[in-house]
Amino acid sequence: MSREPREVVLTVNGRRYSARAEPRTTLADFLRDSLGLTGTHLGCEHGVCGACTVLMDGRSVRACLLFAVQAEGHELTTVEGLAPEDGQLSSLQQAFHEKHALQCGFCTPGFLLSAAELLDLKPHPTEDEVRAWLSGNLCRCTGYQNIVDAVLLASSRREEGAR
Amino acid sequence: MRARTITSPRRVVVREGVGTNARHPDATVKVKGEFVYSSDLHRDGMLWGLTLRSPHPYARIREIDVTGARGMPGVRAILTHRDVPGRKTYGMKVADQPVLASDVVRYQGEPVAVVAADHPEAARRALARISVDYQVLEPLVDPRAALERDAPLLHPGGNLVRHVKIRHGDVELARAAAEVVVTGEYEIGMQDQAFLGPESGLAVPTEDGGVDLYVSSQWLHEDLEQVVASLALPPEKVRIVLAGVGGAFGGREDLSIHIHASMLALRTGRPVKMVYGREESFFGHVHRHPALMRFEHGATRDGKLVFVAARLLLDGGAYTSTSQVVIANASYFAAGAYEVPNARIDGFAVYTNNPPAGAMRGFGAVQSCYGVESNMDKLAGALGIDPLELRLRNAMGTGTVLPTGQPIDGPARVEDLLSRLRAMPLPDVPPGAEAWMLPGGHGNVTHGEGVRRGVGYALGMKAIGYSGGADDYSTARVRLSVVDGEPTAEVWSAAVECGQGILTVQAQIARTELGLETVIVHEADTSIPNAGSSSASRQTWMTGGAVKGACEAIRRRVLQGASGALSRSLDELMFEGGAVVEIRTRKVVMPLAEVLDDEAVEESFEYHHRPTTSIDTETGQGNAHVAFAFAAQRAVVDVDLDLGLVRVVEMAIAEDVGRAINPLAVEGQIEGGIAQGLGLALLEELQVVHGKLRNPSFTDYLIPTVADMPPVRIELLQTPHPDSPYGVNGVGELSALSSTPAIVNALRNATGLSLLRIPVRPEDIALAARGTAAAAGP
Ligand code: FES
Ligand code: FES
Repeated sequence: MSREPREVVLTVNGRRYSARAEPRTTLADFLRDSLGLTGTHLGCEHGVCGACTVLMDGRSVRACLLFAVQAEGHELTTVEGLAPEDGQLSSLQQAFHEKHALQCGFCTPGFLLSAAELLDLKPHPTEDEVRAWLSGNLCRCTGYQNIVDAVLLASSRREEGAR
Repeated sequence: MRARTITSPRRVVVREGVGTNARHPDATVKVKGEFVYSSDLHRDGMLWGLTLRSPHPYARIREIDVTGARGMPGVRAILTHRDVPGRKTYGMKVADQPVLASDVVRYQGEPVAVVAADHPEAARRALARISVDYQVLEPLVDPRAALERDAPLLHPGGNLVRHVKIRHGDVELARAAAEVVVTGEYEIGMQDQAFLGPESGLAVPTEDGGVDLYVSSQWLHEDLEQVVASLALPPEKVRIVLAGVGGAFGGREDLSIHIHASMLALRTGRPVKMVYGREESFFGHVHRHPALMRFEHGATRDGKLVFVAARLLLDGGAYTSTSQVVIANASYFAAGAYEVPNARIDGFAVYTNNPPAGAMRGFGAVQSCYGVESNMDKLAGALGIDPLELRLRNAMGTGTVLPTGQPIDGPARVEDLLSRLRAMPLPDVPPGAEAWMLPGGHGNVTHGEGVRRGVGYALGMKAIGYSGGADDYSTARVRLSVVDGEPTAEVWSAAVECGQGILTVQAQIARTELGLETVIVHEADTSIPNAGSSSASRQTWMTGGAVKGACEAIRRRVLQGASGALSRSLDELMFEGGAVVEIRTRKVVMPLAEVLDDEAVEESFEYHHRPTTSIDTETGQGNAHVAFAFAAQRAVVDVDLDLGLVRVVEMAIAEDVGRAINPLAVEGQIEGGIAQGLGLALLEELQVVHGKLRNPSFTDYLIPTVADMPPVRIELLQTPHPDSPYGVNGVGELSALSSTPAIVNALRNATGLSLLRIPVRPEDIALAARGTAAAAGP
């Protein structure tokens, strides 16, 4: 494969972007450095911590383990795209804030997107299901209980179809 | 980063004040992904800085040749020790760590050169072209060997960082009189803070030849002192601004990119960004001290402690960092939260060629708590007394004299904490009720026939704030004005928010003291006076005290103004709800806008805790501590004896927090601390083999996930501390102390094994269990 930068066209948070990327540029670096969407965090760069989790066509992926060119033509959702509109929070964001589900907040975008995917697939999960689903995301600050509580709160408030 | 504002509707009773679960002003931007962490910073035209590190734990440097990297495309600067403008070394307590190594490297990962380039790739290529001629030396890696006569001397003063001696009563006499004596030797591997946001920052050269450094930190002013010394700049030419911190836990007390990025920025005249990846992060900060500890407890047959003798050896690694204070803290609390009439404690911290050790949540007290609480269970076994009962019989209280001779004069409801813990119900789900609840989870390799349940207890105590004679202080400035008709307070302090919630605490205090609801807490930087470190569980007490003091001064100023203007006596008036009110009728007599007359009132306050003393070098005696905090924990575990796998079923804690300024945030600290203690008990160890880190990644260094972390039962006691603002006590570290020994005691209870070394690995259980079974077999 050529090493020359290529044009990558994709949709992020409902907006079309087109930017150049070398084939080996990771999706995480592309989002952060080329598109300026720094809400996608890098905690390990090797697929363990989940801080870089984004949704690609609605399913969670680790942006540090994908190349930008692999996202060509796909629809991505990052943390910046979760809120329904400016000045508002999504029900998950609201619940994380209320339940004190974050301290330093570095893991939060990844948890929000993993949880958003869960609630899309299963709007009313049990506590055990929430725990199992989130076990691919690391948090070093909270001890997780408030994160689980926040997801359950958002689920309980959820109207079908809302994120 | 922006200043954070919270506005709530005005009411008579102030909302989101002290004692409420006020929401965190920074959390809104954090959940939106808009919060700017130190790794998110950007300036047009910025360069990327990278670090060349030693691959050897111990080597002499014959030559550093950078000519191969010069003139490479996109490479703007290559700096070595020769380019350090000022002091060539740095360090929090002793400046013994080279900014860039010159003639010798003492640990694997020690920085040797730094490069700035247009792109990280270009910088990486340049690093590969720097050639360093090392003469590899045999590293000193066993802390036990560090003090031997023939050990190589790693530092001019020898390999002993500090020997702390504490002598209390007469241990020899007590030993002769003791009816039961037990001795245990315990070992702790190297734990990492593993904050999720790696070291990073941005240095921007300024027009006057100085630098603005945006960085994650725990104590901006301490950083500044070290940075200006090495840059040879006057302090006014360097401004350190707190960038968003992705967790800290002690790992950001020492410098990381600070001097390197600043040197590169000054050399190139361009902004320079440095970001460590996870692997480099493991080399880029100090770790928790590995420990080898011997504890001896003597008691009467009915379980009264008569003496404790402890010998602690902490591996400080290659440089001092905070080792001499960590070993002091480990030694202070080696007798635990018990009434012990005789104690002999010897704590040693030594240099080796292992990675440097320094601050991590609990700061030495974690190590000694694990030792003393493990040996208390051993004593309980020898006496045939229930472990919780033994702790109750020896619990310290107010008035107990510590081994350092200091009587506990604040609240010490240790007995109460233990009783409350005892009263908490045990989880009612039997082991392995469902397949996923088996140790090891869904693996489904057994049907749980080898699973045993165990329950373990541990007690933790720690000093709050800086001990040993430090006159520690924090400063805050508060300004009161009327903005668009709304009374508004602004707070400036250099207190570092690492996620623990100090921003919120400051806002809550300003609301309560000034009776208003709009508070802006400005970003922390070194143009604001020193607030001290976000460590030692001190920040709410110290900076909380400073904000409270500044607000009280403002209240006095406003009332004086009103009393002058209205010609009324001061004691008829109070300041409430953003207005001057007549005390008798509670009616507004003068709105704030009128008192201020378009001006603002501004006051600063420097808060000091009560004085303490250092300890005597020979006896360890002295009133060294500001205050103490206590917690009791219980762990319930399921252990699969065949597989050696463990599942922590539940943690329960009773903790006296003084007064919770924000109960939800306090619980968050407690749960997070327990998780880190669980990691130390079962998962987390940096494997250092012959001085080299074998697992610097999150694939191989395991921190607890939500699947490892059980629900936590919390009972908060709130006994106001008489010396602190609002009666608060420190909460940041305490839960991290006792969770580790509680879990290991539960494992011992379940298995009957001694499990002396942590983290406990599956093979420690499975092989030992098989050995025991074989020994007991036919
Ligand atoms: S940064 Fe992608 S999983 Fe950690
Ligand atoms: S809140 Fe800090 S890592 Fe999760």
